[in-house]
Amino acid sequence: MTRFEESAPVKGGFSFDLCKRNEMLVQKGLKPSSYLKTGTTIVGLVFRDGVILGADTRATEGPIVADKNCEKIHYMAPNIYCCGAGTAADTEAVTDMVSSQLKLHRFHTGRDSRVVTALTLLKSHLFSYQGHVSAALVLGGVDVTGPHLHTIYPHGSTDTLPFATMGSGSLAAMAIFESKYREGLTRDEGVKLVAEAISSGIFNDLGSGSNVDVCVITKGNREYLRNYMLPNLRTYVSEKGYSFSKKTEVLMTKITPLRELVEVNEGGDAMEE
Amino acid sequence: MMNLADSAPATNNMLGSEADSQRTLYPYVTGTSVIGIKYKDGLLFAADMGGSYGSTLRYKSVERLKSVGKHSVIGASGEISDFQEIMRYLDELILFDNMWDDGNSLGPKEVHNYLTRVMYNRRNKFNPLWNSLVLGGIKNGKKYLGTVSMIGVHYEDDHVATGFGNHLARPILRDEWHENLTYEEGVKLLEKCMRVLLYRDRSAVNKLQIAKITEEGFTVSEPYSLKTSWDFNAFKNPTLDAEGSW
Repeated sequence: MTRFEESAPVKGGFSFDLCKRNEMLVQKGLKPSSYLKTGTTIVGLVFRDGVILGADTRATEGPIVADKNCEKIHYMAPNIYCCGAGTAADTEAVTDMVSSQLKLHRFHTGRDSRVVTALTLLKSHLFSYQGHVSAALVLGGVDVTGPHLHTIYPHGSTDTLPFATMGSGSLAAMAIFESKYREGLTRDEGVKLVAEAISSGIFNDLGSGSNVDVCVITKGNREYLRNYMLPNLRTYVSEKGYSFSKKTEVLMTKITPLRELVEVNEGGDAMEE
Repeated sequence: MMNLADSAPATNNMLGSEADSQRTLYPYVTGTSVIGIKYKDGLLFAADMGGSYGSTLRYKSVERLKSVGKHSVIGASGEISDFQEIMRYLDELILFDNMWDDGNSLGPKEVHNYLTRVMYNRRNKFNPLWNSLVLGGIKNGKKYLGTVSMIGVHYEDDHVATGFGNHLARPILRDEWHENLTYEEGVKLLEKCMRVLLYRDRSAVNKLQIAKITEEGFTVSEPYSLKTSWDFNAFKNPTLDAEGSW
């Protein structure tokens, strides 16, 4: 009986048991391993008929580009999508989890999901992990109450905004939004502005790069425009081809007869000691 | 000639506590971003007039754009007292140059190089002048625009910025700057950048000056403020359809 009381019941979720040991190791000089991050530019904006989300497609592992064309706009519900910045595993896992929860909720209630539902599920999950789940999200969608756009920070706070940017390229993208955003944009103006903001992130921030993904959500309809723009095509291809000879290549052969260059002094003075 | 020696000689014990009180460890009164661009007739600079004391907006009439000799303009962000010290060095430099009375005068390239050496040497003695500087000018028709940081990193370009300006203003300048901007276009572009900084940099104040340098000379505008717009409908009642969020 005492055995049962001692061991805690198996709970789901993150176990903080190893944190103290990790801290001790770091103090002793262990460098923590780097994880796959989406150093990122993600944006969202509310336009006349709905919401437009945008994202770049570069995933980094420290200084290396791990994935040149990853997907950062995650599906939550037919009418709700979520962009994610931060640790790739965290954004993937948390959006998948809430997406499943929303589906079950749809079956249970018989209604379409609302953006505030996704918002509340995400923020309460992130808050309970006190910022250790490193996911910074831009959540957007259109439901019965209208178009909505929210940002969610890793510690669990949220903002409700007409335009938003997150990730390492957020300042470059926000500079574009702050100078060009107006209320009541049309769909084409909105998509153009979103693509411009993401391009600003791609070209001015080192953590962002490659292509632009866009997702337009309106009442009853969504368009997922994967690779809407490809401003970084690999255009140079070497004419010589990329196979190399196995031996050292002979570039040039030149024979220089030594006798012509050397003056041989026949019968000269003997060398002095 | 010039006494650049600071009162803290390069000590061998890097963690000596007495020597610490003689070295700059952190800034106190700081200025935020400066932006500089080349345009058709010369160069344009913008900087606001705020001097923050930590998170307090302590001084609201700090001139962060100054002329150097006949040909150059300097703009500084960072510690204001260090900027005042740099101005003393530069005034002495220009004075000595004038005393030669040889018809030649120091141009922006020379002043930039001088500042780079000063900043880098101070950094090597672990006693930096805590500034990021923008230095530009025009001499004999040639325009020059450069920047120096507190550790001596320096480069020249068609448009430069310090601090937050690098993150918020330079993306806009990379898109919209082109050769031969007119004066009006240049000012409009600078104001666009300063407005974004005003919205998104917490240490920015809405009181700025624009400085211009051409072959004719240096002028700096009277302080003025930018129009801002806060009346988005979405801001008026952001959580209208999202009860409980903020």
